[in-house]
Amino acid sequence: MMHIIWMSLFVSGLSIALAAGLGIPLGTWLGLASPRRTGWLIQIIYTLMGFPPVLAGLLIYLLLSSQGPFGVLNLLYTPWAMVIAQTVLALPIVTGLTMVALRSKSNEIRDTAISLGASSWQAALTIIKEARMAILGAVVAGLGRLMAEVGAVMMVGGNIEGKTRVMTSAIVLETRRGNFEMAIGLGIVLLTLAFIINYVLYRIQGVGRN
Amino acid sequence: MSGIVLETEGITKHFGDREVLRVDNLSFRQGCIHGIIGPSGSGKSTLLRILNLIEKPSAGRVRFHGQNVSFNNGRLAVQRRMGMVSQKPVMFNTTVFENVFYGLKVRGMRGSAARSRVRSELKTLGLEHLEKQPAQTLSGGEAQRVALARVLVTEPEVLFLDEPTSNLDPRNAAIIEEMVRSVSRHRGVSVVLVTHNIFQARRLTDWLSFLYEGRLIEEGPTEEILSNPRDERTASFVRGDTVY
Repeated sequence: MMHIIWMSLFVSGLSIALAAGLGIPLGTWLGLASPRRTGWLIQIIYTLMGFPPVLAGLLIYLLLSSQGPFGVLNLLYTPWAMVIAQTVLALPIVTGLTMVALRSKSNEIRDTAISLGASSWQAALTIIKEARMAILGAVVAGLGRLMAEVGAVMMVGGNIEGKTRVMTSAIVLETRRGNFEMAIGLGIVLLTLAFIINYVLYRIQGVGRN
Repeated sequence: MSGIVLETEGITKHFGDREVLRVDNLSFRQGCIHGIIGPSGSGKSTLLRILNLIEKPSAGRVRFHGQNVSFNNGRLAVQRRMGMVSQKPVMFNTTVFENVFYGLKVRGMRGSAARSRVRSELKTLGLEHLEKQPAQTLSGGEAQRVALARVLVTEPEVLFLDEPTSNLDPRNAAIIEEMVRSVSRHRGVSVVLVTHNIFQARRLTDWLSFLYEGRLIEEGPTEEILSNPRDERTASFVRGDTVY
């Protein structure tokens, strides 16, 4: 059980960290750039925000399988394959919500900052700083999707006991076996963990707001 | 009154195919409170944003102390000698002190002298007791005074005010008006005040320009424009006939 919890936290935590590391700068750029130049990319990101996890899992599976272009790396059925799949799922969410957070505030804050003597760079930093709580909200939303996700991690991780089994895939397995008590117990642990993580992030957001 | 601080030449502004502003020559003198009046949609705020170098005109020039201002290069240096307070100022999500400190920080001033300047400006506007309060929890009147302090602490040569008292109660409006009068008289700041309040224009301004449908209809000393307008559109606005 502890290994399953640890693996869930490791895969989702590392995936959201990677998605935030890539998605926040990309979302910031999209949020501050002219929509005329980036409209096509925004359309793609909006589409990918609803990316079906099983499709993401299938694509990563094909890329990492022995016949695929990255088969030589031997990543399939390892936690790293799960991290890649979950990063792919979280990245559009973090990017898209960061972009929306910045865009909703950018004009009035930019004008205020510039009229107070800020350079374009200083104004951009001010917009990011002002939107920081909404950006954190984007990360929370991405993490929520990852913790509940099962399709992609099962396809590329294989649900191998002691190696790539996470809470969601364990719930699926126990349900199939008819061990409903175990499945419900795992579900309660998963919900409790999600509550604790979101409570901490909510508190951080609250401190930022006040 | 002395020299011209700011002037425009052949300014036009289009949003898409629609021309919203066409103003040829306007000049703003040091230490003068220059009112821009006109009904809603007459281009007052757009003109103010162009003068404050936030909005680039479609054509024409802005000159600061006789020098052409480039909106691409050199904008920042000129902009740091100006400041604007809008009708509904945006407060940054931090304390009142940090809001007022912002303009100095972006100019690279962070030491104790800069902090003293912030405290002094807060005191001038009666805000010293709110120093540590989150700025987004202020009332409308307090926020407007913080917005004014935030600009005045940077010691601007030109102060743009876009209907600064339209959302305020009479007491706060009086405080803002008194402060505007004071910075103009005692600090020699040129004030450009956009308003559609004729009474405020009469109380505060030395010179008035009347805009109508994006055009400068007439301008002159405030008393002359309000008492003896030459154009019927100005007269209608002054009488209060114009719907806005």
